[in-house]
Amino acid sequence: MEDIKILEAVERYISGQMSPDERVHFEQLRKSNPEVDQMVVEHTYFLQQMNRFDDVKKFKSILNDTHIHLGEKGLIKAPRLKGKAKVIYLYNRYKRVSAIAASIAGITALTISALVWSLSPAKQFNRSDLENLSRDIRNVDKKVNQVQKQNQVLNQKIDGVKEQSPSEFDIPYTTGGTGFLVDAKGYLVTNAHVVSGAEHVAVQSGSGRDLHAKVVYVDMAKDIAILKITDKNYKPVSSIPYSIKRSSGDLAESIFTLGFPRNDIVYGDGYIAAKTGVDGDTLSCQITIAANKGNSGSPILNKNGEVIGILSKKENSVEGAVFALRSKYIIEAMNELQKDSSYKNIKVPTTSALKGKDRTQQVKTISDYVFMVKVD
Amino acid sequence: MKVESSERSLLQGLAKSDKKAIETIYKENYNLVQALVVNNSGTSEDAKDIFQEAMIVLYEKVQSGSFELNCQIKTFVYSVSRRLWLKRLMHQNRFSISDGHEDSVSIDEEMEEHEKRNAEFTMMEKAMNGLGEPCKSLLEAFYLQKKSMQEIAGSFGYTNSENAKNQKYKCLMRLKKLFFSQYKNESL
Repeated sequence: MEDIKILEAVERYISGQMSPDERVHFEQLRKSNPEVDQMVVEHTYFLQQMNRFDDVKKFKSILNDTHIHLGEKGLIKAPRLKGKAKVIYLYNRYKRVSAIAASIAGITALTISALVWSLSPAKQFNRSDLENLSRDIRNVDKKVNQVQKQNQVLNQKIDGVKEQSPSEFDIPYTTGGTGFLVDAKGYLVTNAHVVSGAEHVAVQSGSGRDLHAKVVYVDMAKDIAILKITDKNYKPVSSIPYSIKRSSGDLAESIFTLGFPRNDIVYGDGYIAAKTGVDGDTLSCQITIAANKGNSGSPILNKNGEVIGILSKKENSVEGAVFALRSKYIIEAMNELQKDSSYKNIKVPTTSALKGKDRTQQVKTISDYVFMVKVD
Repeated sequence: MKVESSERSLLQGLAKSDKKAIETIYKENYNLVQALVVNNSGTSEDAKDIFQEAMIVLYEKVQSGSFELNCQIKTFVYSVSRRLWLKRLMHQNRFSISDGHEDSVSIDEEMEEHEKRNAEFTMMEKAMNGLGEPCKSLLEAFYLQKKSMQEIAGSFGYTNSENAKNQKYKCLMRLKKLFFSQYKNESL
């Protein structure tokens, strides 16, 4: 509390608010107490700094206003304005270049006309010839323009064909399911029954774009298939945000899924209901989740964003009974595929970047890695 | 003589932040500086920065009470701008300016002073920004807008001016600490 009083006194002293008596008194204190003296010096300096700061700040804002004001009035050549000022600025900026360009063009034109003049058969000069000549030139011009236009049209057509050819997606895809990336280079996992008997396979990303894909691995018994996106429009992702878990989850563990039962990605959540599948099948487990046709192949993830299975079957006789293939078979399938030398680079994602994030965040991230699988 | 007296009144106007004077100086000098910067690999945005900084140098000079330029305003502003732009180019590892102009007037003192002040300005800016609200507004109200403690207590919602004073003291101590700590770093 003492300090605050001293400071107040110092401030009053600096600003000259002290009465003459008080002032004399304070000056004596300054002399006898070096700390107070130091405080006066320091505070004076500090206040000066603050005032200067404010002053310069104000001055800067005046400068800015002035700049805008003068620029609008066209009194300075401030560019990045609209309309005329910009044209003038650009003109000034490029006038040298355009002058050079113009003179080159002029010289060329003169040379050519000189050539035409000297090489053309010597005819008697008359007006109609001259007119003919200029008309001819105009005709030639026109023809050149036409040819150019035709070229453009052709180019456009070629481009169009180019665009269409790699993705001949006039194929009416009928059935479909869901698949999700398990390797950044464009490998997806889905159910074997989704792609069985397919002639063409395509996957559709969240952005609605169809990408060509081919089936590189199928295991009908386990109902698992691996696809590879072959489309050159596919841009490999940097990494897969979720991991594939080796062990499956516990009873009642909460899970969620993302899939394409319709033309849009759909989220669903539920829990692990039983550790086995239909008739004690140990390949899969029973889960309770809202699932429809098209959900086949959807990833089943736990709260840490680890894939624990693939949604594969639904039993119609039992309400709400859905079965998921255990995730360890994804790893097995990928290991199997690795044995083929052309796919030896495939890697199982082992780290989840989704741990600890809230569900909305997780789903947002994952949705970029889940694709609709279309077959025909 | 006439020219000199009009220049002098412009500078006096500038010292008082008179808008008219600022506008006149701005109008008469900006294009030249812009041409300098733009012709030496700068953009018009750079030109604006450089010119405005030169204006601040001039402003600082007249603030200190000296209206005696040893040259015309035009020459001064151009020379300062040129020096500032050269310095910035040097930062980007490009060294030369081709404008057929040599440093004809001596502005070393002004440049040195400006650099010091510029550093101080940045320090105060950092300190102020690091302070946070309501401290910043409170100190600005008291020290810059020169409002009384009563008024401040009213507008900031303190129950009495004594409380406001206490708060102001705490804020001031923090600001000083922020400011002077940089000062130490700077001088090391």
